Amino acid sequence: MTYPYFPGCTLKTKGAELDACGRKAAEALGFPLEEIPDWQCCGAVYPLAKDEIATRLSSVRALAASREQGGKLVTLCSACYHVLKRVNGDMRNDDDIRRKVNNYLELELPYFGETKVLHYLEVLRDTVGWDELKKKVTKPLTGRKIGAYYGCLLLRPSRELGFDDPENPSIIEDFIRAIGAEPVIYAMRNECCGGYTTMENNTYAAKQAQKIVDNARNCGAEMLITACPLCMYNLTKNTDGSVPVKYFTELLAEALGLEEQNG
Amino acid sequence: MQKIGVFVCWCGSNIAATVDVEAVSQALAQEPGVVFSTNYQYMCSQTGQDLIRDKIKEYGLTGVVVCSCSPRMHENTFRKTCEKAGLNPYMVEIANIREQCSWIHKDKAEATEKAIILGRAAIAKVQLNAPLQAGTSPVKKRALVIGGGIAGIQTALDIADAGFQVDIVEKKPTIGGKMTQIDKTFPTLDCAACILTPKMVDCAQNENIHIYAYSEVEAVKGFVGNFKVTIRKKARFVDTTKCTGCGLCTEKCPQKKVPNEFNLGLDNRRAIYIPFAQAVPKVATIDPDYCNMLKNGKCGVCAKVCGANAIDYKQQDELIEEEYGAIVAATGFNPIDLSKFNEFGYSQSPDVVSSLEFERLMNAAGPTGGTLLRPSDGKHPHTIVFVQCVGSRCDGGEKGKPYCSKICCMYTAKHAMLCREKYPDTDVYVFYIDVRTPGKNFDEFYRRAVEEYGVHYIKGMVGKVVPENGKLKVQASDLLDNRQLHIDADMVVLAAAIEPDKSARPLATMLTASMDTNDFFTEAHPKLRPVESPTAGIFLSGACQGPKDIPETVAQAGAAASKVIGLLSKDHLLCNPCTAQPDEMMCNGCSSCEKVCPYGAITYIDKEFRGPNRTTLLRRVAQVNPAVCQGCGACTVACMSGAMDLKGFSNRQIMAEVDAICK
Repeated sequence: MTYPYFPGCTLKTKGAELDACGRKAAEALGFPLEEIPDWQCCGAVYPLAKDEIATRLSSVRALAASREQGGKLVTLCSACYHVLKRVNGDMRNDDDIRRKVNNYLELELPYFGETKVLHYLEVLRDTVGWDELKKKVTKPLTGRKIGAYYGCLLLRPSRELGFDDPENPSIIEDFIRAIGAEPVIYAMRNECCGGYTTMENNTYAAKQAQKIVDNARNCGAEMLITACPLCMYNLTKNTDGSVPVKYFTELLAEALGLEEQNG
Repeated sequence: MQKIGVFVCWCGSNIAATVDVEAVSQALAQEPGVVFSTNYQYMCSQTGQDLIRDKIKEYGLTGVVVCSCSPRMHENTFRKTCEKAGLNPYMVEIANIREQCSWIHKDKAEATEKAIILGRAAIAKVQLNAPLQAGTSPVKKRALVIGGGIAGIQTALDIADAGFQVDIVEKKPTIGGKMTQIDKTFPTLDCAACILTPKMVDCAQNENIHIYAYSEVEAVKGFVGNFKVTIRKKARFVDTTKCTGCGLCTEKCPQKKVPNEFNLGLDNRRAIYIPFAQAVPKVATIDPDYCNMLKNGKCGVCAKVCGANAIDYKQQDELIEEEYGAIVAATGFNPIDLSKFNEFGYSQSPDVVSSLEFERLMNAAGPTGGTLLRPSDGKHPHTIVFVQCVGSRCDGGEKGKPYCSKICCMYTAKHAMLCREKYPDTDVYVFYIDVRTPGKNFDEFYRRAVEEYGVHYIKGMVGKVVPENGKLKVQASDLLDNRQLHIDADMVVLAAAIEPDKSARPLATMLTASMDTNDFFTEAHPKLRPVESPTAGIFLSGACQGPKDIPETVAQAGAAASKVIGLLSKDHLLCNPCTAQPDEMMCNGCSSCEKVCPYGAITYIDKEFRGPNRTTLLRRVAQVNPAVCQGCGACTVACMSGAMDLKGFSNRQIMAEVDAICK
């Protein structure tokens, strides 16, 4: 089954590996991703202002477009997932926002939040299944100790995102097990990496990112994986680099033996 | 035609401020059958009752309608009043114009109109009322206490002391409950075991008390005064009549890796075990999940070493049927599961412990022999952080509990104080939302912890505990100083919220006792009947009704016992005469009523009826045992042929009320 896919801008530039490996692996696992036409940047930050609709419009366009294509929309980037899912919740639950957005967009059929926003990991868990994924792994990453780095955008606010338990998440650990490696649980895995503060207060972001890396290393992690390009930036550029960081799709492609084919 | 008197109560200003009582009594005086109608300030007062009595005699009233508060409050008062004036008490109807009218309306005209309508409905019903006579049922003079913690123990001792037989059913191998795991008790710091074990021994020695340990209640039938209870005595695989409790088997058992629940898994026990030295009954129990002999037939060491020949690998569960007049629920509490609170690192570091685990680490019979040592490396901790309200007072209720667990402030102060007293080199921090210490000598106790023992109390919450390099990095906020704190702690102790034991919910279903949304048993009245369940004959003791400390639990246990004693000292109970009654001519024998009856009051018999032409017909018809029927009315709605009726609430009466309201 083909899934409508929202790549997001960063995955076209800095985060190209997250995108490329994700698509290859999806193809190999039997759920090819098809980029929805004419998508625009999600805004990368959920608009907290209740009366602001302009920043929600691009998300609603993408959501309405995928409603026509099977009613599901898959993303890889944590920030896109976060924004799309929360805007979708607004369209379902907030009368005021829904009315204003629909009045402005004048879609053929008004949008009421019908599309289901899925993260790639949720497709792996719920559609492919960990056991099935394990069977498809040709090069298990046996013996590798990997720390899952969730960050904040995937998990919080948990009532709206409903992605995983915000204090004790397990989906990336399950993923790590499925590709044959050993997950390392460390306390900072669900803390914010510093996010956008890196632009205003780089010292603070660097301190926070280093804390995460130190905690992971001290708990035995040899590598960190993430789903977020911004986390990737902070954990690599703002730390001492003592722990390598990769996108989870890179390891997925490696485990599925897809790496060499493309050099 | 009845001669009806209407009495409208003002209830001071409770009713009269919102309802024009004069208009109500005047309007109702016009209703058919009403020969007298008046209003008065307090109808429940002696003067008010005298007024009713006098008018019954003066006008020869055959029916009385009192427009007042809920029948739950004063129906009995007015029934007795009328009975004294020679009227059958079931000829009285209450129109609830307070809870269902004046209290919930603001507009006087609207409320007055509604009060008149409610009065009309009651008058319409009284027109069809018939005098009813209450029968009696005998009381079985034996009580059942479910749960053998301090609540159950105290209740049982008090009932036994009054000379009644009482059985304790405890699901664990020993009685004693949570209190056996506690080290010291606040605010006097006496040792919990020292004050509890004498009571446990009293239970064992009291000839009026029978303890069913390692047993569970399987089914409850019957009603107040006549409960029939099935108790499942689980197989211990040890003959309790032979076992001397010498403990040799528990030393020789080769299966050493069984998590010891008494020490909350902080150390191990054997597959055959006696929970602790002062266990009552002090007999061994085999854990079938770990015993090699029971699992694969290879071992038998305990049977070989047992001098009393008490081991019986073939023992089966035993079902016991007993009859009781009263049942006390004393199922207690448990700390909540902390796995959802991983921000405190509970599942990531063994040095993050719950308060109950901390009790075991401080206790002389605990895994460390009473020396406070870190579970991870056995070293002495220097910095200890206590976090209060873990899971208590959580809004939303998804993660924790909305209520205050009540006991945590005091036991945390106790832990902090004991730490500083035993180990003056420790730095002790307590993070709190509020410190709540209402209780005799409680606040003095907490202030001692701060002022004499130098415990650092910080208003604020811990946000994150990061276990790293053998330390616990605690990040917290100090709300009064408005700053972030970073503490490198050696141990973190979480004051977990408490919740009712998981066995309470299925038990409540068996007892048809009601519960609140948090699974605490509901009391019959939150202020005036705090130890009774709304279900007659079911009483509540201890934390199964709400969070409680030991003094409060013991007080409530005694109160529950006194209610039980009051019930058991009666030889007979007056039955509710409002029971179901089938019309045999209309009954088609479909069994619908039998299926819905929660009390088992309905049976079917084949009865002979006269048919046409001197023939005899055999028909299957329903029969109600009025001693068992509680008058719930479930059968009357289930009956498709309309044969079942409830005395005092017949279909005709209900329809007359509805007609009067809709007129």
